[in-house]
Amino acid sequence: MSDESPRLEGPLPPAALDDPHLQPYARHPGAAQAVAAVAMVVGFLGFVGFGVAYWVSASNQWQAITLGVGLLALGFGVTAWGKYLMPQGPFVEERHEFHSTEAERAAMTAAITERGGMVVKRRGLLFGLFGLGATAMGIVLAFPLIRSLGPRPGTTLFQTNWKKGSQLVTIDGRQVTADDLEVGGVLTVFPRGYQGSSPNQVILIRLADQLQQLTPPGRTDWGVLGYVAYSKMCTHLGCPVGLYQEQTQQLVCPCHQSIFNVVAGAVPEFGPAPRPLPQLPITVDAHGFLRAKGDFNQPVGPGFWERP
Amino acid sequence: MIDESIDKSLRWVDDRLGVAKGGRTFLDKIFPDHWSFMLGEIALYSFVVLLATGVFLSLYYVPSAHEIIYNGSYIPLRGQRVSEAYASSVGLSFDVRSGLLMRQAHHWAADIFLGSIAVHMARVFFTGAFRKPREFNWIVGVTMLILGIVNGFLGYSLPDDLVSGTGIRIAYSIVESIPLVGSYIAFFLFGGNYPGNGLIIPRFFILHVLIIPLVIIGLLAAHLGLLVKQKHTQFAGKGKTEHNVVGSPMFPTFMAKTTGFLFMVTAVIFLLAGFAQINPIWQFGQYEPYQISYAVQPDWYMGWLDGALRIMPSWEWVGWGHTIPLEIFLPAVIFPGIIFNIFFAWPFLEARHTKDLAYHNLLDRPRDRPKRTAAGAAMLMLLGMTFFASSTDVMANFFELPLKSVLWFFRIAVVVTPIIAYVVTYKICLEMRAAEGIGKRKRAVIVTRSSTGEYSTTEAEPRPGDGQEELEAVPVPTFIDLVPPELATGEGVRRVMR
Repeated sequence: MSDESPRLEGPLPPAALDDPHLQPYARHPGAAQAVAAVAMVVGFLGFVGFGVAYWVSASNQWQAITLGVGLLALGFGVTAWGKYLMPQGPFVEERHEFHSTEAERAAMTAAITERGGMVVKRRGLLFGLFGLGATAMGIVLAFPLIRSLGPRPGTTLFQTNWKKGSQLVTIDGRQVTADDLEVGGVLTVFPRGYQGSSPNQVILIRLADQLQQLTPPGRTDWGVLGYVAYSKMCTHLGCPVGLYQEQTQQLVCPCHQSIFNVVAGAVPEFGPAPRPLPQLPITVDAHGFLRAKGDFNQPVGPGFWERP
Repeated sequence: MIDESIDKSLRWVDDRLGVAKGGRTFLDKIFPDHWSFMLGEIALYSFVVLLATGVFLSLYYVPSAHEIIYNGSYIPLRGQRVSEAYASSVGLSFDVRSGLLMRQAHHWAADIFLGSIAVHMARVFFTGAFRKPREFNWIVGVTMLILGIVNGFLGYSLPDDLVSGTGIRIAYSIVESIPLVGSYIAFFLFGGNYPGNGLIIPRFFILHVLIIPLVIIGLLAAHLGLLVKQKHTQFAGKGKTEHNVVGSPMFPTFMAKTTGFLFMVTAVIFLLAGFAQINPIWQFGQYEPYQISYAVQPDWYMGWLDGALRIMPSWEWVGWGHTIPLEIFLPAVIFPGIIFNIFFAWPFLEARHTKDLAYHNLLDRPRDRPKRTAAGAAMLMLLGMTFFASSTDVMANFFELPLKSVLWFFRIAVVVTPIIAYVVTYKICLEMRAAEGIGKRKRAVIVTRSSTGEYSTTEAEPRPGDGQEELEAVPVPTFIDLVPPELATGEGVRRVMR
């Protein structure tokens, strides 16, 4: 492109140096230079200041103000230099259409179709075999690249570690008794040995006795002494459903504000969650400890394709 | 003298690489003088800051989910079980000198990077700079936008604090929602059922610091390379045609101005880093899958996706023994998929609609393309509404409104306001086109009041900027007298500027 450029085609007039395009943009170049110089000095002092601030371990704010002022002032000085003291122009550059000539295009196409076609068409077998080999390579190399990354889901998403008789324990491993919560209280519990585990997290709520009787038919004995236990994983996106509103007996997910009605079986009443929170059937043993009567009634957490 | 030594060095290099001709063309490259061309520069320079501060952070950050007892200088966390990732991120903030400054600068730079990309993209869109021959660069740009968003999310996730961990949980569920293969992809990505077996932190780390930045750097080189090859667009004006570029040369004017701008962008980022706290992870605490915080919003560039998830109704499809969680899949996979595909396809959709196959180097004024401008306004409104919808809980609290009302407001607004924006913008464009002289810069006038109370106006003296408009644009002088081609021996005579 450059060799077609018109500016190289002839000598410039000798007056080029007096050309108004080469004069600075500023009407008072001396003043502009003074402003730029002051800015650069301030910039320099700012950087020195940052060095000192770093050396004496000054606060984050001191480091930022010194560095920031240094950068800002130096940047301002350089910009002023460029804007006011360099040739003001305007200058022009010609554009050149960058597409090739028709002959060059035809030659390129021909190189591919004719020369390439010649070898591919005559040696179709080799071309096919190369394609076969390359495809096989692509497929088998995808295995270590993708398949090694993790296990298949299998039945993992359908079950948790809650079993008949699992003890309900807190995050610290303390076993939960029937006296632990007042009416209206909540506690996050896990099966013993799985404290902190995501799919096993359960929110244990103590309702007033008459409220527990409102739970869906067939589940009236899934709670005990007012205690009901639900999966703490939101059925929307799996966030912990951590907010319990005692007066309305609602569980709220802080992520996207799905609201679940606890006494109606944790059915979603509002927001994007599509399903009730799975319930964990619990009971109390002879020593007053709370225990699970089995796993959740449904897979926990958000929806996925294999879920029936 | 210095001139001689530059000459000598250049000859030495040119003998071996032949750089003089192309190099001078590059030094003479013309950059149009318009403020809107600096938006892309903000993106470029915040990316430079991201690389520099990111290198600093990588020297201290430990990409490991391994649990240790925190024993650093932040007293409230002492003795707690935390991951090495979290402990090292808190340590970076408190125990590494200048660490907090660098960490916050990195975070601010990421937010500014994506913000400036968005505004730059809007400028390119509304002025039609994406038209032939620049469709490739538009596609490269949209790809960098997507990669920037992804990498922002990955980086945000690395400290393993309570807020970012919740984001990872949501990301897992989004992947899991994909029909047919979702649970497999999620298991492979995380190395098992959520939260996986500690693999996600090192995997996100290597994506964040190596793989995606590498791709972005490659695309950035292509973006700038195409810009040099195809030259800048420019707004119409005196002496500006489809066949030239008018403005300042690369060397020295543009180089000085842009270097200054690099410093100033960096300054703003570091001042924000010092005075505007961002992501105080020590307050959030270590991520635990059973803990959650309230009123938590993601970084701004993820807001539109979070908002879409919030306002989506709970439509889960169940049948034939399978579940498609449309309440996740539609807003978090299909919706961004459609948006980004519209972005990618726009130059081609528009060309098909207008049947315009010509080269375009002069930019449109938005009012001159009412349909495009209206469509862009509608898109901005749609994304803006979903963005604000990610704060439904905060708004309900702030305005003391029921959450339900706020949610329904956004469900309706997200459908209705883009249509209103389209119609209103379209009408405004038509009105502006009808009015003569709108948007033209007027010469300042001085209003004088005489002693008798009479007012008179006189035109003010031209400002420095006005003078430039008067001059005819000329090619950049070479300071060299070339012998006429028919007598050329290959030698030029250099004239030294004093």
